[in-house]
Formats: sequence, C-alpha cells, structure tokens
Amino acid sequence: MSNTERPPVVDWATDFDHTHPDYGQNAPEIWDELRATCPVAHTERFGGTWLPVTHEAVSAIAHDTENYTSMGVVVSENKPEIPAPMGFAPPITSDPPFHAIARRLLLEPFAPKPVKALEQYTRDCCNGLIDDILASGSDLTDAATEYAQHIPVRIIAKMLGVPETDGDKFRRFIHQIIETPGADTVDEDGGGSFDEYLDAAIAEHRANPKPPGEGDLIDHLTQADIEGTPLLDEHVRGTIALLLIAGIDTTWSSIGAALWHLASHPEDRARYTNEPEIRLFAIEEFLRFYAPVTMARIAVTDHELGGCPVKAGDWLLLPFPAANRDPEAFDDADKFIIDRQQNRHGAFGLGIHRCLGSNLARMELAVAIDTWTERIPDFELSDPDAVRWSVGQIRGPRELPVRINLDTVNR
Amino acid sequence: MKITYNREACQGHNRCYMLAPELFDVDDEGYAILRIDGEIPAELEEKAQLAADNCPEYAIELVTE
Ligand code: HEM
Ligand code: SF4
Repeated sequence: MSNTERPPVVDWATDFDHTHPDYGQNAPEIWDELRATCPVAHTERFGGTWLPVTHEAVSAIAHDTENYTSMGVVVSENKPEIPAPMGFAPPITSDPPFHAIARRLLLEPFAPKPVKALEQYTRDCCNGLIDDILASGSDLTDAATEYAQHIPVRIIAKMLGVPETDGDKFRRFIHQIIETPGADTVDEDGGGSFDEYLDAAIAEHRANPKPPGEGDLIDHLTQADIEGTPLLDEHVRGTIALLLIAGIDTTWSSIGAALWHLASHPEDRARYTNEPEIRLFAIEEFLRFYAPVTMARIAVTDHELGGCPVKAGDWLLLPFPAANRDPEAFDDADKFIIDRQQNRHGAFGLGIHRCLGSNLARMELAVAIDTWTERIPDFELSDPDAVRWSVGQIRGPRELPVRINLDTVNR
Repeated sequence: MKITYNREACQGHNRCYMLAPELFDVDDEGYAILRIDGEIPAELEEKAQLAADNCPEYAIELVTE
C-alpha cells in the first residue's frame, strides 16, 4: 500500500487519488480548492469513487444508512464480497439492525468511567517511555517511533489481559493485515499466526474464566451472549482484531500529530505547558485539525449527491478531516486555535458508527501529551525534512525526529 | 435559560460530560444523562453554552423563554 507507485494526478476534481503522496502532502489545499470548484470530486480509480469535502455532505452520508453501506470502509481495487449486514469486522462493517447488536456488546468497557480507571496505568506507561528516552543521554529522539507508537498497543494489551510485551507483536500483525488484506499473517518472532495467537488467548480465557466484574476485555467477550447464545470464537476473534486495527494506528497518528504541532509551534507549546486550563480545548483542536481518519462507504442505490450521479456500487470516501476544515462549519477553519471554544469536530465520525474507542483514544492522547510536556517542556523538530507522514485513509507522522532541550527536562 | 437534550440524536461523543459534568452525567453505555430539569443555575450558564457548542450531533439546545 505504502510503496506502490501511483499514477500522477492531473485534475483533483475528476481523477483524485487519496493514496497518492501528493494528497498526503497537500490535502488541506486540495479540499479548499474542491470546496470552491467541485465539492463532490470523482475518480475512475478503485472502480469509481467519490470524494465529498463539505461538512454538510460528509455528515449527511455518515447519518444515512439507507443509501450507503459500511460493508466496505477502506477503499481498494476490489469490493468486499461478504454480505451486509454483518460484514467481516462487526460493528464497523455492519449496517442496521445488526450493527446495534454488535456495537452494544462493546459499549460498556469503552464508556468514560471504565476508561478513566486506566488513566494512571497510561500515565505510568508514558513516563516509562520518557524515562527510556532520557536515559539514553542524547538530545535527539524520534517522538513517533520511540514514544507515540508504543502507547496504544500497551494500553489495549492491558485491556485485553495479554502481556504488555505482546504490543509489538500486535503492531506487526496489524501492519501485515493492512498491507495485504486476506493473506495469512506470520509472526516474525517465530510464533504462530495472528489467528493462532488470538485463539490461544481465547482458549486460555475460556479455561480460566474470571468472576463477573473482575475480568478483562477478552473475558467480557467470552462471557457475553446475544439473546442467550454465547459468542462464537470467530466473533470474539474478529472483534479483538477490529479493536487492534481500529485502535492502534489511529491513536498513534493523533499523538504524533499533536507532538509535531507542538514541536513546530513554540507559542502553542508554551501555552499548553503553562495553561493547564486550556488543555481540554487543545486536545479537541488537535483532533479537529489533524483528524487522522477518513472512512468510506459503498452506495447501495443510484442517487444524486450534490448534483453528482452516484451509482449503486460506487465507493464514497468520508473525509472527516476535510469536514473539520470546512469554513461553513467552523470559524477560521484553516487556523489552529488552541483554546477554540466551539468545536463540533467529527474526528471520531458522526452518526451510529461514532468511534467506539473515542473515550479511550481521547484519554490516551491527553495523558500522552500532558506527560510529554511536563517532562520535556521544550523540544523542536530536529530535521523537518526527515518527518514522514503516512498516506491513505489513516494519516499521521510515522517518523518524527525531535531535539530535546535537556536543560529544561524533568528527569 | 433552559437546556434540552435529545437522546435520539446523541451518539455518546461525551463532549458534554467532559465540559459540563455539573449538567451531564453518562450512563453505563456512554450516552449522556441530563442532570437538571428546568432553569439552568446562573453560574452554570457558561458551561451549558459550551456543552451545546461542542456536541457534534447537535443533541443539546439552549432555550430562553
Ligand atoms: C485518535 C484515535 C481514533 C480516531 C481518530 C478514530 C476514528 C474513528 C472513526 C472516524 C470511526 C467511524 C467509522 C465509520 O464511520 O465508519 C471509528 C470507528 C471505530 N473505532 Fe475509532 N478511532 C480512534 C481510536 C480508536 C480506538 C483506541 C479504538 C479501540 C480500541 C477504536 C475502535 C473503533 C471501533 C470498534 C469503531 C467502529 C464503531 C462502529 O462501527 O460502531 N478507535 N473510529
Ligand atoms: S456531546 Fe452530544 S452526542 Fe455527545 S454525549 Fe453529549 S449529547 Fe451525546
């Protein structure tokens, strides 16, 4: 996905390509131009795909489960063949009415109060990573690979009740899945495949069930039922895989993007550090301005969208990041305002698929940035040209070299 | 000033609970619960405004009679 050469794009209104490096580099400018000229862009690529860039259209599609299905949420050359309503990874690929059933199983462990209970663990984890960075003695580090990348995997490992050290294994597995969907996964450590790993964890939890209320997320799923029938191992496995795929690169991206912003904007860096009362707003502004996730839908009817003829079977991208920068929906939409008071951003989606992990992701982002700025209040990009952002539907810095001012760190 | 909350529109983004915990609680599944009925106490009007201004689903409204 990341290394394939994409044919050049001449006209973004009629031949856009969201996986092209030029889109990765210039997306906000491309959206602005499209909003002024052609707010629902089209491409023949991927078998026919639409790109609406206004908040109004993105929101309308996200709220419309009659004309669009979630069966396919990542645009690719081939459409998934699994029939709705379940899709291959419920609830993200499910449509009503099954969606609500699959989603409901997961709502409780991801509600704000259980997530709050993980805050101290998350803070300890962030502090541990910073201890390692500072222990190296060097003033150079990579905030993406040495810090941001490790946080979501460790927290989800803790929630699942598997060793924290398996975090790196998850990252390798999910990258194989994202890069070559459908292919068998292999563990570079010489262990089994992802499915074998998950089956073993599920079997272990079924053999040693914990009392209700004391279990981890795998216990929650192995002990759950749909109208009296326990979940099949397959369902449990699919759900865990979804949580890993949906929760890791996304959160890593938003932590990295926030650190990129602070590294390159000294005034905001100082305000974040010195004015704790603005942090609640700053976190949401990071999410709005650097929203990492673009989803997709497949049209199920022939219909018009903003005057454009959408055909059943066409892909539609749902660029929440573009919706978040629409001047019709936000004052000074193109400006990062660290204490923005009105911010109905859609970084976590809109409508029934609202990110199930949003409370967790927001907590991780806030704790990660608080901990970093408390321990390392002064830092900057050490080599701006070496920063590398991912391309495609999840956008964030994958390499983020920074220089730390060692005179100001709190060891 | 009064506050209204539309449970049908709410998707559990929890922005209201974070910004105005005096006015909103959250249930076990993560949906908002409006804690007050009737007039908003004057000292909480600002927080009520914040909750309304940040709900991505437009589920919160302020009404002045
Ligand atoms: C900053 C980090 C994150 C962002 C920006 C993000 C964004 C999103 C978005 C935009 C959707 C909507 C999908 C759609 O409309 O089709 C979504 C759904 C979802 N996310 Fe997240 N996500 C993040 C972190 C997480 C985490 C940490 C988890 C769990 C561990 C998670 C689990 C899910 C799940 C299960 C869904 C599907 C919900 C449904 O279909 O009902 N996400 N996410
Ligand atoms: S902010 Fe809006 S959508 Fe979110 S919980 Fe509150 S009322 Fe519901």
